[in-house]
Amino acid sequence: MKHFSDRPQAGLSRRSFLLASAAAGGGLLIGVSLDPASAKEAAKQSFVPNAFIRIETDGTIILTMPYVEMGQGTYTSVPMLIAEELEVGLDAVQLEHAPANDALYAHPIMGAQETDGSLSMRAAWQPMRQAGAAARMMLVSAAATRWGVDAADCHADNGFVVHVKSARRIGYGDLAAAAATMPVPQQVVLKDTSSYKLIGTPQKRLDAPQKVAATAQYGIDVSLPDMKIAAVTASPVLGGQVSSVDDGATRKIAGVRDVIRIPDAVAVIADHWAAAKKGLDALVVTWDDGPNAQFSTAQHMANLENAAQRDGVVAVQKGDVAGVFARAERRLEADYRLPILAHAPMEPLNCTAHIHDGRCDVWLGTQAATRAQKAAAAAAGLPLDRVEIHNQYLGGSFGRRAEADNVTQAVLIARQVDYPVKVIWSREEDTQHDFYRPAYFNRLKASLDGDGHITSWFHRVVGPSPLARWLPIAVQNGLDPDAVTSATGPYELSDIHVDYVRHEDHSFQSGFWRGVGTTHNVFIVEGFVDELAALSGKDPLEFRREHVKNNPRALAVLDKAAEESGWGTPLPEGTGRGISLLQDFGGTILVHIAEAAVDKEGAVRVSKITSVVDCGKIINPDTVKAQIQGGAIFGLSAALYGEITFTDGRVDQGNFDTYAAVRMDEAPRVTVHLIDSGDKPFGVGESGTSGIGPAVANAVYAATGKRVRQLPITPELLKS
Amino acid sequence: MAYNLNINGRSMTVEADGDTPLLWALRDILGFKGTKFGCGMGLCGCCTVHIDGVATRACQTPIESVGTSEIDTIEGLATSEPGRRIQRAWLDLEVVQCGYCQPGQMMSAAALLTETPDPTDEDIDAAMSGNLCRCGTYNRIRDAIKYAAHLDATTMEDAR
Repeated sequence: MKHFSDRPQAGLSRRSFLLASAAAGGGLLIGVSLDPASAKEAAKQSFVPNAFIRIETDGTIILTMPYVEMGQGTYTSVPMLIAEELEVGLDAVQLEHAPANDALYAHPIMGAQETDGSLSMRAAWQPMRQAGAAARMMLVSAAATRWGVDAADCHADNGFVVHVKSARRIGYGDLAAAAATMPVPQQVVLKDTSSYKLIGTPQKRLDAPQKVAATAQYGIDVSLPDMKIAAVTASPVLGGQVSSVDDGATRKIAGVRDVIRIPDAVAVIADHWAAAKKGLDALVVTWDDGPNAQFSTAQHMANLENAAQRDGVVAVQKGDVAGVFARAERRLEADYRLPILAHAPMEPLNCTAHIHDGRCDVWLGTQAATRAQKAAAAAAGLPLDRVEIHNQYLGGSFGRRAEADNVTQAVLIARQVDYPVKVIWSREEDTQHDFYRPAYFNRLKASLDGDGHITSWFHRVVGPSPLARWLPIAVQNGLDPDAVTSATGPYELSDIHVDYVRHEDHSFQSGFWRGVGTTHNVFIVEGFVDELAALSGKDPLEFRREHVKNNPRALAVLDKAAEESGWGTPLPEGTGRGISLLQDFGGTILVHIAEAAVDKEGAVRVSKITSVVDCGKIINPDTVKAQIQGGAIFGLSAALYGEITFTDGRVDQGNFDTYAAVRMDEAPRVTVHLIDSGDKPFGVGESGTSGIGPAVANAVYAATGKRVRQLPITPELLKS
Repeated sequence: MAYNLNINGRSMTVEADGDTPLLWALRDILGFKGTKFGCGMGLCGCCTVHIDGVATRACQTPIESVGTSEIDTIEGLATSEPGRRIQRAWLDLEVVQCGYCQPGQMMSAAALLTETPDPTDEDIDAAMSGNLCRCGTYNRIRDAIKYAAHLDATTMEDAR
């Protein structure tokens, strides 16, 4: 089974498009549109009812994927939506990476061609089913016209249109040319959900055969005629510049072709990366470090804490928090901290660029193709329409490949040579030049009444704002909505104050990391709620139940988690159970229950994780389970090991020895239980990561009595 | 200098310095792109190949050290029975997510099965803990290795 066609993309932008735009409140307004002139042109060869579907006259069905595949399974779940409505099997479709084109492929919620925020299925749910349904209706119309029968008497079935009364059937390929001349239906009729054959059933990943055969092409695997390969070193301090380069020893190394200097980096280009890296290691570079040469994380954390003295921009204000708190008998105050994190995808960052004939071609795996295109155009000094992004599979990303710094760098290098150049970062370069999940300082205060109910809740979030850089329009009046998402959890509270103090030291680049604001705040809120439960003398799970009692979905998830985890049953001496609850990503509710023990040296061992997730409508249940399992392990790496520190403006960590991740012998069994609760899907890809830190921290408390108010949970922290 | 390497049963010549890591000779000179680069320090296992049947990190293996040893890469995995079992199991149990580390995972797993046809959890920990997966597919890798160990090879479909 071949799943990728290598057919060129030319002409798509002049054909049809499916119009989708964000409505107030995050809902979707959808319309299907088709340019008739383009349809006639398309009809000559194939049926292209919209930008996502192409049916060739030989029956080949090609789906153009505007969402990228970085492991989360969109290359299967998005085709499931289209195939369901188009009435074809998944094995009948081939996939194509979409070219960079916001007009055709902009994310309906984010407004640009992006894959992030666990938003793909929420964004795709309506337009992709409509795309499939519109195509199906046009194919049915074409068949009915050919047979001279009423379209209402015909139906689509597994790649054919069938007229039962006359026992006739005709394949989509034979109808492709005629279907292209049919009017686009004004009213697209979606299938009844009860008749779904694909949606909601476990479907095999379409990308798995290529990945198991190791033929899947990632950005780092791109190969072009005459291409050379570069290793690069960028200023170790943000904002630093190259001061001098001595490449005498480098140029003597066999295979080295060029040494290229750009303002903040030096690249050694060679016939293969080993020679390039050897050349890079032989290079003597001096740097002008610039203004950030004194930056340290110790100072940064102190600055964040000092900033907490300021009043923040108010995100939520309800009732009389200060008054209730002042009068309460039982009160709790706590400060929580989170460290800077790197993404560390297994495929180190890379980008291939070729500037030729007044054009710029760029190959990489990117979450944001049009952002990459804009960066390349700016670096190349070319208009957007002279820049083509050739997207590839992403070897992990977790938010890192939403940025385009590697594109800018590769294009600036490529401008100085007349051949295609593939720039590959070393692991150390990748770790030390990230757009990091920023550190946060959080101040919390809450009070309880005599029955152990929360009567006031104060949460101040202090930290940088990646969103203000990335999507400035989303930050209104200084309030970063991502920084305060989930800042009260799903809890039913009466008197609330949540505010945000933005503090930037401008000494490192901050960006989005799997779970973004949710991952940050769920750790804070679920740790603090656990502390409040202890103060109330109640069971942590029961305490949470009492504060979501009007939320039947949350109650159902909590109850299922209690049952599946054996909550309350005895554990071996020294082992504790910890819980976390979250509701975010549009409506996903997830409970993790972790079992953990701490050894004499203070090392945490997580032995078991039970997860229950209600993500609304489930598209591909096995992918949901895989995402929760993997997301939990990703979050566990951060909870136990993840911390980037700076000394003298330089990142102290480099490779996987100093920036560690969970390995096979440390990975607990993650058992996932699903609840299908709705008529539309919510976000999944990040949810499994977000709640794992607090579940483990709360398990450590249950095991040891030691509260964990910061990550990572190191032996030093537990001994302090 | 020219080195003759025995790769997937074929003799191939590489023109490069002797200290060139086998990883880059495979990827950039010979075009075997299935073997992946992850760390360059033998810490992540993405570049795992078999040298005389032993799982070996190609990023830490200079080409001058290989001699006439048999090098098997992921491209040749399906020629061995343990390799076919592993690939079949990886598909049947839907192991992959981003997939980038999986060639190395499958090479380590196939070497384990060759040595230890019915591995215990401890055997799997010992053989597989050098292979990192940031997507966190470890549960399924463990399950797939056990599944592969018990597959009936006579009824097995080709994984590709």
